[in-house]
Amino acid sequence: MSATDTSTTLPSTAGRGGGSLGVARNLGLVIALVLLCVVGIITSGDRFASTDNMLTILRLAAVIGVVSIGMTFVITGGGIDLSVGAIVALSSVWATTTGTQSMADDFGWIVMVFSAVIVGTACGVVNGVLIAYGKIVPFIATLAMLASARGLAEIIADRKTQIITDQGFTDFFGAEPLGIPMIVIIFALVTLVGWFLLNRTTFGRRTFAVGGNPEAARLAGIKVQRHTVYLYALLGTTCGIAAVMLMSRTTTGSSTHGLGYELDAIAAVVIGGTLLSGGRGTVIGTLFGVIIFTTLTNVFTLNNLSTSAQAVAKGVIIVVAVLLQQRIADRKT
Amino acid sequence: MTSITAMPTPPLLEMRGIVKEFPGVRALDGVDLVVRPGEVHCLLGQNGAGKSTLIKVLSGAHAVDDGSILWNGEPISFADPQAALAAGVATIYQELDLIDGLSVADNIFLGHEKARGGITRDADMNRSARELLKTLGHPEIRPTREVGSLSSAGKQIVSMARALSRRAQIIVMDEPSAVLDPDEVDGLFRVIGDLRSSGAAIIYISHRLEEIRRIGDRLTVLKDGKTVASDLPARDTSTADLIKLMTGATVSSIFPRRTTGLPEVRPLLSVAAIGRDQEFDDVSFDVRPGEIIGLAGLVGAGRSEIIETIFGARKAARGTVTVDGKRLRNGSVDSAVESGLGLCPEERKSQGLILDDAVYRNISLASLDRYARYGISSEGSERRAAHAAARSVDVRPDDPDRIIRTLSGGNQQKVVLARWLLRSCKVLLLDEPTRGVDVGARAEIYALIRELADSGVALVIVSSDIDEVLGLSDRVLVIADGRVVHDGPSDGIDASGVLDRILAEHDTTTDQKGDAA
Repeated sequence: MSATDTSTTLPSTAGRGGGSLGVARNLGLVIALVLLCVVGIITSGDRFASTDNMLTILRLAAVIGVVSIGMTFVITGGGIDLSVGAIVALSSVWATTTGTQSMADDFGWIVMVFSAVIVGTACGVVNGVLIAYGKIVPFIATLAMLASARGLAEIIADRKTQIITDQGFTDFFGAEPLGIPMIVIIFALVTLVGWFLLNRTTFGRRTFAVGGNPEAARLAGIKVQRHTVYLYALLGTTCGIAAVMLMSRTTTGSSTHGLGYELDAIAAVVIGGTLLSGGRGTVIGTLFGVIIFTTLTNVFTLNNLSTSAQAVAKGVIIVVAVLLQQRIADRKT
Repeated sequence: MTSITAMPTPPLLEMRGIVKEFPGVRALDGVDLVVRPGEVHCLLGQNGAGKSTLIKVLSGAHAVDDGSILWNGEPISFADPQAALAAGVATIYQELDLIDGLSVADNIFLGHEKARGGITRDADMNRSARELLKTLGHPEIRPTREVGSLSSAGKQIVSMARALSRRAQIIVMDEPSAVLDPDEVDGLFRVIGDLRSSGAAIIYISHRLEEIRRIGDRLTVLKDGKTVASDLPARDTSTADLIKLMTGATVSSIFPRRTTGLPEVRPLLSVAAIGRDQEFDDVSFDVRPGEIIGLAGLVGAGRSEIIETIFGARKAARGTVTVDGKRLRNGSVDSAVESGLGLCPEERKSQGLILDDAVYRNISLASLDRYARYGISSEGSERRAAHAAARSVDVRPDDPDRIIRTLSGGNQQKVVLARWLLRSCKVLLLDEPTRGVDVGARAEIYALIRELADSGVALVIVSSDIDEVLGLSDRVLVIADGRVVHDGPSDGIDASGVLDRILAEHDTTTDQKGDAA
């Protein structure tokens, strides 16, 4: 139900950055989603088209969705981040150590939330500084972070799953105000803030400029290096938030959390219409990308199809989406 | 075939009326080029005159929009690089197109490897490579050596061996001497001489006139995408004539004159003895509000480097820049912009514009903070203000949402001007403000520059077009070899006076080089 709600905001956002072609591109995403839903209804009927199932899809989309919104900023700014899954794992582990949990007992569960978000942001800052000031290409810098953040998570957790004992934490994030799961509400909030930040603030405008032509941005007086650090820090923050959401869904912190998130997030961003080369990006498109992938998973699961078949379908969707994107880019020039 | 006599041989290549258009700009607008076998044909022209585009047409990288190409008297079209290579045109690009990780022999035979059934015959290739390198007088380069470990000169030899391996009849060399030291240039010229006497023709592109005099037979001069002179003898055409042809010594009345006197006030911009190693040194000047200072000189004299250093895009090794009494932080563009400086860069597309973004967003790029409160932009007021700025410089079409890429060069330049107009900058630095701009739009840009000056902006203009510098500026600084060789009011000197100053400097440095050798 929320999925169809967001589609009504399309016309107003479609014209931004991409001109009239933005409408066409988002239209493609709407059609893809509708087709998936039709397949779902035909094959599973009411089991698919129920409010409960819609909420299941959104709950499934929420964690990777929050990471993908952050990823949209980094890719629009001309970068890439492979370390998001590892950062989620490290944040979740750090926030659930016995040390942190005993502090949480004294000062409230908010301590756990803060530690996750701060650890995530800090990892992002390290990525950003290495890339902007160390001049290491984003692929390599974040590959290094991928390896070391997950390694550090394993060391801290001693490869054990850490159970969350704080009842207040699980109660708060497990709540369903107005029947909507808390993590779906968080996902909606992050999406809204992300959309606003990218389209309505100077920060967003600088992101487009830095991704579109960093030299022109620099010569227009924009602090390109500093902005790059902000972008990776922002993605780190969303990873921290995603870690909190994952902790509430699983009531654990673990060094195996967030495996494969980097590819899922990049795929969602790219099929949403954000250019991998930077300079053009859309939060709404990313939202669609995430929901299309999770709906696909849902339809496959309802029909008892294997995850391997899902993976194949995912790959096909990515290729088709990128081919379409290139077609549109060619027509433009 | 070893005939290099004065008897005119039939042309090997004859290009007539070549036209090549890109969105918004006509890069080639009727170019003629005739190359005979066994000659070194020099191609001269300013940056942006169309030399690179012409080379790409010749090597099959660009398809022509109009014009005819005859090869040995037969019509031909270089549809793609393979077709050009098959016909016998090999190009040695400025940024050498070699693959560093492969061996010398692999690079020479790249794309036409000696192989049987898909299996390369390395011994065979190495043997042939050794022979080619020997022909070029460089037997010391081992065919098995990795290309990445060679010097620039060595790489150039490998590129030439590749051209020979293709049995090229025309070898195009794009500024081959730019990366070489004087000894290596001598070596290069020996090789060129050998190639010529073996009957191949060379198209040689260089900014260095003394080289053209040493090695060239005939020359063709391009300006603004047109051939302005052809079939000139390379050795006997005077430097002054060449520079006049390249820069266009057509004095016209399109330069709007100053209508008011200059106020006697404190300078807005003070440049004090700035310098950068190997680039320029001891450059000082003041610019008062409303004043236009012109920097004249040939390409490579250090003009762009000076202007970029003032703007903080390069870090000065010595000296200071002061704006309105406040000293700028060295090497910091944002401090310069903060203090009221603006730059219209030389490479508009790569340095100035976000090509796939809208006109209004490119204009407001330097003033985003002004149209935002607490970081939240006010899209409406930003777009309105940017649109007003676009209108004040008459960007056509009058559509603030249009994508920059689709505008002509002149209108793109107006967008960059509008950006700094919107920011109401105090000092504007213009690097080649009319490059790639057609004549009509040029007059409009001149009028805009004059308006800016009349409104109290201090301007510094760099241009290869000497008449443009003289026509616009109040005072002119002539730069040669990174030094100011003349500083005076622009009405006290004419184009030939500027050329004399440059040539005087040129001669003394050439003499010094001669003495040192």
